[in-house]
Amino acid sequence: MTRPDLSALTASIRRPGTTALIYLALAAVVLVSGVAVALEGKNLFATANLVDMFTRTSLTGFLAIGMTLVILCRSLDLSVGYTAALSSLVAATTMDGQVANLPLAIGAVLLVSGLIGAANGAIVAFLRVNPFIATLGTGLIIKGYLDTRYKGPAGDVPEAFRAFGYSRIGPVPVSTLVMLALAVAAIWFLRSSRTGHHMYAVGGDVDIARMSGIRTDRVLLTAHVLCGMCAGVAGLLLAARFGTGSAESYTNLYELDAIAAVVLGGTLLLGGRGGVAGTVAGVMILAVLDSVFNVLQIDPFAKDVLRGAVIIAAVALYARRQLDRTARRPRFPTAAAGRTR
Amino acid sequence: MKTTRLAAASAAALGLLLATGCTTDTPTDDEATSAGESDSGSSSEWFVQADYDEQLAQRDIEPEGDPNTPWLQAISPEWIDTSEFAREGGDATVCFSNASISNPWRVTGWITMQQQVEVLQESGDIGEFRSSDAGDDDDQQISDIQAFVASGDCDAIIISPSTTATLTPAVETACESGVPVIVFDRGVNTDCAVTFIHPIGGYAFGADAAEFLVDNLEPGSTVLALRILPGVDVLEHRWTAAEQIFGDSELEILGDEFTGGDAAEIKNIVTQYLQRGDVDGIWMDAGDGAVAAIEAFEDAGKPYPVMSGEDELSFMRKWDETGMTALAPVYSNFQWRTPIIAATMILAGEEVPAEWILPQDPITEAELADYLERNADMPSLHYAKFGGEDLPGFPDAWRDR
Amino acid sequence: MTRYRDRGAAFGAAALRWIANPTATVFLLLLLIFAGIFALNDSFFAGPSFMAFLKQAAPLMILAAGQYFVIVSGNFDLSVGALVGAQVVIAARLIDGEESRTVPVMLAMVAFGIAVGLVNGIITTVLKVQSFITTLGMLMVLFGAIKLWTGGAPTGALSESFRTAGRLGIENVPVLGQIPWAVLIVIGLGAGAIGLMRTGFGRVLMAAGDNERAATLSGAPVNTVRIAAFVLSGLSATVAGILIGGYAGVSAQVGQGLEFTVITAVVLGGVVLGGGRGTVLAAIAGALAIESLFALFNQMQLPSTLRPTVQGAIIIAAVAYAARRRTRRGAAAKTATATATPS
Repeated sequence: MTRPDLSALTASIRRPGTTALIYLALAAVVLVSGVAVALEGKNLFATANLVDMFTRTSLTGFLAIGMTLVILCRSLDLSVGYTAALSSLVAATTMDGQVANLPLAIGAVLLVSGLIGAANGAIVAFLRVNPFIATLGTGLIIKGYLDTRYKGPAGDVPEAFRAFGYSRIGPVPVSTLVMLALAVAAIWFLRSSRTGHHMYAVGGDVDIARMSGIRTDRVLLTAHVLCGMCAGVAGLLLAARFGTGSAESYTNLYELDAIAAVVLGGTLLLGGRGGVAGTVAGVMILAVLDSVFNVLQIDPFAKDVLRGAVIIAAVALYARRQLDRTARRPRFPTAAAGRTR
Repeated sequence: MKTTRLAAASAAALGLLLATGCTTDTPTDDEATSAGESDSGSSSEWFVQADYDEQLAQRDIEPEGDPNTPWLQAISPEWIDTSEFAREGGDATVCFSNASISNPWRVTGWITMQQQVEVLQESGDIGEFRSSDAGDDDDQQISDIQAFVASGDCDAIIISPSTTATLTPAVETACESGVPVIVFDRGVNTDCAVTFIHPIGGYAFGADAAEFLVDNLEPGSTVLALRILPGVDVLEHRWTAAEQIFGDSELEILGDEFTGGDAAEIKNIVTQYLQRGDVDGIWMDAGDGAVAAIEAFEDAGKPYPVMSGEDELSFMRKWDETGMTALAPVYSNFQWRTPIIAATMILAGEEVPAEWILPQDPITEAELADYLERNADMPSLHYAKFGGEDLPGFPDAWRDR
Repeated sequence: MTRYRDRGAAFGAAALRWIANPTATVFLLLLLIFAGIFALNDSFFAGPSFMAFLKQAAPLMILAAGQYFVIVSGNFDLSVGALVGAQVVIAARLIDGEESRTVPVMLAMVAFGIAVGLVNGIITTVLKVQSFITTLGMLMVLFGAIKLWTGGAPTGALSESFRTAGRLGIENVPVLGQIPWAVLIVIGLGAGAIGLMRTGFGRVLMAAGDNERAATLSGAPVNTVRIAAFVLSGLSATVAGILIGGYAGVSAQVGQGLEFTVITAVVLGGVVLGGGRGTVLAAIAGALAIESLFALFNQMQLPSTLRPTVQGAIIIAAVAYAARRRTRRGAAAKTATATATPS
């Protein structure tokens, strides 16, 4: 079994691999931003700005880590924004202001979000519905439920749990640390667990994976369950930040942010290649940009234009790079030659 | 496994850090936060009888102040002392956390606010004006507010919350930083801000519109309600107030539909209702796309409905053109000027109302011509009661936005 | 007697074959929805009201045809919703109520639609950026740029003649009342699209989506047809913008979310994401099915908050049904259904 990220990492000393390249890109973004902010007579690395940047990574980070897993399997989850909104409500209403309810609430959130992920996975793996449509559909189902059941914010999050959204250690918010811990766990899972390896295989070529004895359906299902649960954690963070649960948060199209971060992190939308380490860098690039746009007082609509352009430009750069690598060392021959474009 | 050890080490480090130097930005004042929020799914969840009665009564109270500057008027104000915030020397840094400028009403108000800022920058009251736009994302706005607080540069923080309940903790954080906080438009579940500026409110808006339909339609007439979105308090209040009034009337409510404010969607829905039967009245919770609703009647060859829209110009122009029976309820757009003025008042230690309730009078048939005349240069999707005619940038800033 | 029975059996077998065809699922669905509407309110199918329904459904049908070209060649176009919105706003601002500017502005819109399609196509094929990302980025750029240009909310006004195509039609037709121009445009463009798929271009497009490698090896201009598909999608968004602007006028929200609706419509039409499968007629029928589903909800007076739930369930069920048919028929065929995202 090939391990793209590990080999990329060891090779990075001789010649930078994709993940290393992405961290270089992150460094470049930070550097350029720092200079641009300095020209305005401000300091991007002032504590306030650092806190702001880190805070912005948490939410997208949770969603993007889960999204990486499904995208690696050549699937997709467009329902994570809705799952997160529902999770925030489940969390806040179960907690109901009582610290004693915390374990129950967290359990309930992980259960509900995991079940949604399982439903997504089952529809994709067993009913063979295209994941784009399947998860768009489950998203709509959840949206209807939220709109009907909750007419607005509901529930009450106790003080103790709000700390998850507001506390920090030095300049780093607790939520960011939890996100990074989850990322480390996901990296470990992908590199060291059998299911993790299988995810790359399923995303690389599902037929070859099946022929080599991998239970591809089960792998796909696992990825979706984990993605759902990550969205659940994002919902917990929303609840902690809001002090209540909010159905409205699905309007923010978090799922597109997450996908953008994953792709910025060098994971191929076609599956089979990439990893969580890159995703974290992708999340950070977006967070740095957002922070800098704010510090530089850039018009909110210009932000959209710049974000869109940066995403396209970055992926074009990676594509160039990946083509070179593919030409030298095809990993999944049919996939690489037939579908990479 | 190297990675396993890495994971274990970072988990341990995390625990250690948590146990030691841990700063928290969590607001500690918990009394004011919404403890008694219901989580029931009933539509009356948004209806609070006391607030409804109060807002309906406020419509008849003569506001204090000069009627020529309605953005400085206040209904039954309770003036509070702000001398603790008094600051010497002008050139204050004012920070504004905006929910978004994602609809024309907010766009119009945002221009007015910037023009007001320019005036006060000329006069030396305001030095730097910083703003951030959260794009309707609550979480983003919380970060924006935190960034203002953490920067320590703001002499006053103005907040236009994206959602009432969810922004409450962040507003409390801002209050605790010691700088004066001004909240306007949508409120929050805490009164820690120095002043909360808003027009009378959603109940009054919805009631104005519904009462107009009840007064101008025969008993037994049919009314279709067009709404933008579910779950937004200021909009839900408009509808629950209308439900009260329609409930006591002889009108038949055909349905209430969410349109997203999209003209094509509105025209589809109205066309389909007209296909099923007559619609005598249209109630809207906001004027976006009102013209499309009127055109649906034209295209179906049906007589114009009795209609309540908003003081949005394309609707008012269409109303004037067709001579239909209509009302333009107002959610006073001029409120965007007030927070800036309030900030300079507070920084000068002047008294401000604790709750600054601005007048909110609908535009009736009698005033239609006057308001159209005053806004003759303005583009469509501009709001008639924007209240910026005396600002130096008028009319170009709004016309060439 | 036996003759009739034989004929009946033959008919039945043909019908079964037809229903077993995945693209036929959409016609079955359409039939079911229409039956539902008919049961609730048969006057819906009276000439004038049915024409009004078709007029309103026309923009989505045209967008579906445009999106079909992109999807069948193995890509996605997520930028169409933003492009429709941009086109309407551009029209209003540039025309600004002046009749004389209508035609030049429409030409400018066509040029803009082609340009956006070209950029999407070139970035996707030449720079090798997956189309999901290209067009997602384009969506953000268009959305922001248009708002930047108009200061956040549309300005100006459309002229009466601009609105003709989307709003008016041939009046006083017996039985039908009005034949909307929009319906004639759909028929014309739909026929053109079907014709185009039967040309060499169509075959190469289909081949590019079915098996890119084989198509390239056989010397087919894969990149060129893919770029052309994006241009066609841009053009369809332009026409849809003209129709929607004409139908309902300018509003700040126009076009929002259309990209997801139209991709759903195309997939509902049995067109496989990933390319190489499906017909343009079925894609257009998918759009009609979605619109009639919304009409059915309206006739049922289903609470509007519940509609997304029902819509989501029906879409998943319909696509799962079609996928089941497909896997049964062609177990040996490539695993098209498992393909997550066309690049």
